[in-house]
Amino acid sequence: MRVLSAVVVGLLLSAAPSMAQPAAARATTPEIPFDSVDFLKMPEGLYMGEAIGVATNSTGNVFVITRSGTSRVFEFDSNGNFVKEFGKGSYGYGFAHAVRVDYEDNVWSVDEGSNVVLKYAPDGKLLMVLGKRPDPIDQLDRMPGAAPYSGANRPYSFHRPTDVTWDMQGNIFITDGYTDSRVVKYDKNGRFIKSVGTRGNGVNQFSTPHGMTADREGNVYVADRGNRRIVVLDNDLNWKTTYENVGAPWGICVSQSTPQYIYSTNSSGTNLEVGNAADTGEIYKLALDGTVLGRFGKAGKGLKEFASTHTLDCRDPNTVFVAEINAWRVQKATLRSPSR
Amino acid sequence: MKRSLQLIVAAAAMAFGASVVAQSVPELNFTANADIVTLPAYGEVAGVATNSSGHIFVLARTGEPRATLGHERTFYHGGSQLFQFDQNGRFVREIGQETYGMTYAQQVRVDRQDNVWVVDAGSNMLTAFDSNGWFVKTMGRKPESIPVRPGPGMPARLLDPEPEPAGGRGRGASGPPGAGTQSESFNRPSDVAFDSTGNIYIADGIGTNNRIAVYNRDGNWVRGWGQTGSNEGQFDEIRGLVIDAVNNVYVADSGNNRIQVFDSQGTFKSQITGIGSPQAICMTGGPTQYLFSSNSNDPEGMENGEIYKVSLSGQVLGKFGRAGKVPGEFGMVNSLDCRTETDLFVGEVWNWRVTKVTLR
Repeated sequence: MRVLSAVVVGLLLSAAPSMAQPAAARATTPEIPFDSVDFLKMPEGLYMGEAIGVATNSTGNVFVITRSGTSRVFEFDSNGNFVKEFGKGSYGYGFAHAVRVDYEDNVWSVDEGSNVVLKYAPDGKLLMVLGKRPDPIDQLDRMPGAAPYSGANRPYSFHRPTDVTWDMQGNIFITDGYTDSRVVKYDKNGRFIKSVGTRGNGVNQFSTPHGMTADREGNVYVADRGNRRIVVLDNDLNWKTTYENVGAPWGICVSQSTPQYIYSTNSSGTNLEVGNAADTGEIYKLALDGTVLGRFGKAGKGLKEFASTHTLDCRDPNTVFVAEINAWRVQKATLRSPSR
Repeated sequence: MKRSLQLIVAAAAMAFGASVVAQSVPELNFTANADIVTLPAYGEVAGVATNSSGHIFVLARTGEPRATLGHERTFYHGGSQLFQFDQNGRFVREIGQETYGMTYAQQVRVDRQDNVWVVDAGSNMLTAFDSNGWFVKTMGRKPESIPVRPGPGMPARLLDPEPEPAGGRGRGASGPPGAGTQSESFNRPSDVAFDSTGNIYIADGIGTNNRIAVYNRDGNWVRGWGQTGSNEGQFDEIRGLVIDAVNNVYVADSGNNRIQVFDSQGTFKSQITGIGSPQAICMTGGPTQYLFSSNSNDPEGMENGEIYKVSLSGQVLGKFGRAGKVPGEFGMVNSLDCRTETDLFVGEVWNWRVTKVTLR
């Protein structure tokens, strides 16, 4: 009965940033009223698992990447009905981190276990593989648990990558990630152009760049979670500015509206410690220039509460899809006009 | 086709194996059916529970949790499965296959809405499914990776010993010992129970936390109590947790050889002794409720093994059974289910089986 205690003792847990103080904008920002539905319907015998990533395509279909036994990518229609699975049992799946849909409705998975980013056509056909799964035998001597920061900065391999985005020309940007600390740019054919970033809290540095999005001008917004800031880079990855008053950004998205808006989540930790949760869980709405326009939600497990939000989708700025680790669900939040 | 093996065990045959303190307790006559269900995958039965229509849910350790190579971290998954059978023991379905929190089965319980709750001590998670197998809720969370010791020919090679800053690495699995930490950081949770308002009580557990943690029906924190020790309100390996019709909480404090009774706020009321070490407990329904508690044998012996019937005031009313391997004997009972005072389901870790007991 005590056989497994060695496995359980001394475990390294999930990444969760310091949440010692609430976000600077928390007290001063108008609260946005909203409604929410938990609407995705799984087929019998298939389970959502930890909702790690969510994205929508141009027709409103919803894509979710989850952690179950391994990573899985599911597609649902706009009513929440299950459509299909992408890449079941793929070698590129180990430990899910993000799913995104590009401007041509291709579906991209980012997996921090296999270090592989996959591009699928809308019909599920595999179109591109970025990154290389490490040789498992080479990994044996690294088995004392979590890998350290590598700073390897290689052109075509990643170290626990976290997110992917694109500009209007189809260039590919990848945040990499937990054990590298950089943003990498490729052209639309997957050829390496440039990478920027080392670990730290200064200029051109990141501490767990956990998510990323890009606006129509090609500016890149990096959720620099460990440094509790959003970093703005131009299209050539030059450092522009930071937004530092919205807590620790776990997930970030830009709407496809005019004007465009940013949503950023100051998520609760995966253990939902109440002392921290009271100052976390809310999602901020920002203008592209960093002005905080409003916030909604709080930490918790009920409807309209968010249990460790991992990523966001906000194609329509008033319909925000919220993927939650600890509630195994995706909420569709419909925002109304801010109350004053 | 299932063999039907009914055993009549006479009270007089039970002269040895019972604990000294219990010798004055009357023996209860019972029949045992060790073939009530046939598991689709064999393994240690950690939990058994029934729902309101008599369906039987069996949580079993059907394999070892698997670590996955070829990553920068070592993940673990798999190891346990949950099976549903109808009231006649016919297999209905597997539930929760391939999900995140099924690594080392510890207990299964059914709440008042017939949701099925899996308590997993390997992932430190609870996962609830409804009576049709659909996902309902999780509590706690499996650690994302585990440290693995280097072995012969496998030297540890730390490329860069610099610790990761905040945000790069998370917390440990367990909170501080006891003290009712306001979190879902469980350390080998062992059981779950529900009060009349739908609050969720989690026994946490057989690790170092030794606390009862209470959450509302959404899963948000309400209160907690307990720490390691032997005084009132202290615990040494909590192995079971049940709640009566007026929301008193009964905690199987196995290392202290007692069941402690609290009100719903966690205020100590009384303790029940004379039942050996409670390794599994259940609470009957009906207007007059009873407790059953198993003084299970340990893995290296056939001492004890008897199951006690106790009134809610703490009077030991009777006992039945003994440790052993053959049908009608009990091997490391880890789970009891008793919707009525005559029909019990017994989950046996040692014997990889569910035994249905009928008391007469």
